[in-house]
Amino acid sequence: MGNQEKGKGLMESQNSADKLTALVVDDDKLVRMIHQGLLKRAGVKNEAVKNGKEAVDIHYSGQRFDIILMDKEMPIMTGIEATKKLRSMGILSKIIGVSSCTEAKKQEFLKAGIDDYQVKPLTIGVLNSILEVVKARK
Amino acid sequence: MNRLLSFLFHQGVLDEQFLQLQQLQDETSPNFVSEVVNIYFHESEKLLRNLRALLMERELMDYKKMGIDLNQLMGSSSSIGAKRVTNVCVAFRVATEQNNRVGCFRALEMLEHEYCYLKNKLHELFQIEQQRDLAAGVRYPVQN
Repeated sequence: MGNQEKGKGLMESQNSADKLTALVVDDDKLVRMIHQGLLKRAGVKNEAVKNGKEAVDIHYSGQRFDIILMDKEMPIMTGIEATKKLRSMGILSKIIGVSSCTEAKKQEFLKAGIDDYQVKPLTIGVLNSILEVVKARK
Repeated sequence: MNRLLSFLFHQGVLDEQFLQLQQLQDETSPNFVSEVVNIYFHESEKLLRNLRALLMERELMDYKKMGIDLNQLMGSSSSIGAKRVTNVCVAFRVATEQNNRVGCFRALEMLEHEYCYLKNKLHELFQIEQQRDLAAGVRYPVQN
């Protein structure tokens, strides 16, 4: 799944105001499938990667997304590490931390730079409210 | 909602998240639910085998690794709406955080039991739906 165009320049906006794009970052294939299904249902173009490093690499390649659904616990590079890296790269996408972690770890995730935190799994209702906020911002 | 599905909701085996999955199934993804559930079964059985192997360690038990596998199982179980399995994972995780070997064994047995029950019931559910679809196809054959 995923039909994001590749090879765009770093500063170029890829998105019209009414067509959002999203990146799903999760090491769990099942969660990727479900979140991509939710995004597809909402009409959001999306890509998926398996860990934080792939999320960073896809941004290094020039791709940009309106929304990033970031899992916390992942191999190679965690959601916290990836979020810090993306923010240091100047990525201003809305990053939603999606996990099932404790309150203490949620705070750590928020400090890393996520905009919002949601407990797994995302629901259609929660995703729609996130999309409304992002559309309004655009 | 069919009777079995209603029963599974009533028993707390499944929750609303399963309905969310069904809403993601459409003509472009007609087998979405069964595909997702089959991936869940495949991944969960690997994790359950890992957990049992970790618990069977005679020397030092790797509670941290157990916690990691449990987080994954918890995440995927809650993602398909497997409520009872998720709840047992939570209790199991507490036992690993307390380095409670006996507690972990009890939790693993409960987890394996709940997982088997869920798997059997979901297979039954898919069979019922398949039979219903076949019957509908017989009743309303495609006209050429």
